[in-house]
Amino acid sequence: MIRHLLSGADLDADTATEILDTAAEMAAVAGREVKKLPALRGRTVVNLFYEDSTRTRISFEAAAKRLSADVINFSAKGSSVTKGESLKDTALTLQAMGADAVVVRHPASGAPHRLADWVDGSVVNAGDGTHEHPTQALLDAYTMRSRLGRLAGLSVAVVGDVLHSRVARSNVLLLSTLGAKVTLVGPPTLIPLDIAAALAPGTDVCYDLDAVLPSSDVVMMLRVQRERMNDSYFPSAREYARRYGLDGPRMRRLPEHAIVMHPGPMNRGMEITPEVADSPRSTIVEQVANGVSVRMAVLYLLLGGNNR
Amino acid sequence: MAYPSAARSSPPRQPSVKVILTSADVQRVVDRIAHQILEKTQGAADTVLLGIPTRGAPLARRLAARISAFEGISVPVGVLDITLYRDDLRRHATRAVGPTQLPAGGIDGMRVILVDDVLFSGRTVRAALDALGDLGRPASVQLAVLVDRGHRQLPIRADYVGKNIPTALAESVKVTLAETDGADEVRLYGEVPR
Repeated sequence: MIRHLLSGADLDADTATEILDTAAEMAAVAGREVKKLPALRGRTVVNLFYEDSTRTRISFEAAAKRLSADVINFSAKGSSVTKGESLKDTALTLQAMGADAVVVRHPASGAPHRLADWVDGSVVNAGDGTHEHPTQALLDAYTMRSRLGRLAGLSVAVVGDVLHSRVARSNVLLLSTLGAKVTLVGPPTLIPLDIAAALAPGTDVCYDLDAVLPSSDVVMMLRVQRERMNDSYFPSAREYARRYGLDGPRMRRLPEHAIVMHPGPMNRGMEITPEVADSPRSTIVEQVANGVSVRMAVLYLLLGGNNR
Repeated sequence: MAYPSAARSSPPRQPSVKVILTSADVQRVVDRIAHQILEKTQGAADTVLLGIPTRGAPLARRLAARISAFEGISVPVGVLDITLYRDDLRRHATRAVGPTQLPAGGIDGMRVILVDDVLFSGRTVRAALDALGDLGRPASVQLAVLVDRGHRQLPIRADYVGKNIPTALAESVKVTLAETDGADEVRLYGEVPR
């Protein structure tokens, strides 16, 4: 078993499948009278968040608590970080407090990798800069598998700001490991030229959303990051929405069984219209629920046994 | 069940093997337990059979099939995975979690009969009782095992026992079933001579 989860590439097909299978069992806990399992009693999980996040932090917190672990939430705001404490010194503090796992979100790509060298416990990457977000990819894969019954052979279109998206990167790595076929779709300015080949062989790039839709089993819309809007990656929000936004007419061009995903938070009216977001094809709310199950599986597989 | 491997000594010396129950014996024992359940529960009303993986699950299904054959009563069957409730999780590499499937009617107010292949230390049953407590509130809990080999470490006893096998601690009992291993048999492996 792996010790840290830093990248979608850390997982081979067997380990990823084991996580998804375990998550399916964890999901049953949500429907029980006592929504708690004793598996991680006495273990301490630290949520170390240097970036704002609601759903990921709450999801990890709920996952750890359902497994009976003790949870310490640390957010950079209001901590010694504002006094200038370095990541390493913070890590050593957590180490001294006996953290068995550190769940870290950081604006700098690669921060979790550095952290993994400094602490004895397991490190879980909860999003680092524009690099990776492996548990999001796992919950996306879980959602696809539970809706469509399989992953191997699925055609998945990942649409939007691939350049800055850690969700896209982790998904490409994980989905190709699990046998799905990924096509990256977006304006040329937001899809690095060599990204497909660099991430996973077999990944396609297409600049025309309408060409990809009829053959897609899954369309994954990425959030357009408003802070990038002024960086001239595309001429205007309206033009982006016209060419790469998913609206009702476009959705109806998808095959009957196809699903629409979004990692949240959404910009309604920008990359996705309310009609699509609230349609039965949309898995957006399911993804949030599945996130807790998948993170329970990850924490259990990293911390449940004696894996040192 | 693992027994001390002969990796250290060369040439490897095999432990002695003794067949305790043959395929026909296993069937007779399952039949008897099914009859005993019917007798002791006055016709298996409000009763649920929960098998503990791996081999408790097919045993529970067999008991339900025999009860149905004898008296035409359909007893709900489920599977109770106890992995996340074990007290030795930290002593081993992470264990894979198996499925838990409760019958549609649930277990609240029911007489739950836990079914397992071998009763040894009693720790598995302890974990199963904890798991049951999180799943609902049965009216009562009973235990049926194919083999009781003794050496309890907890105050736990079985209500239905297929066969009592006196064993030494270093010996091991291995149950195989057609559903999981291809054939029904119970074997006793002796100590590996040193």
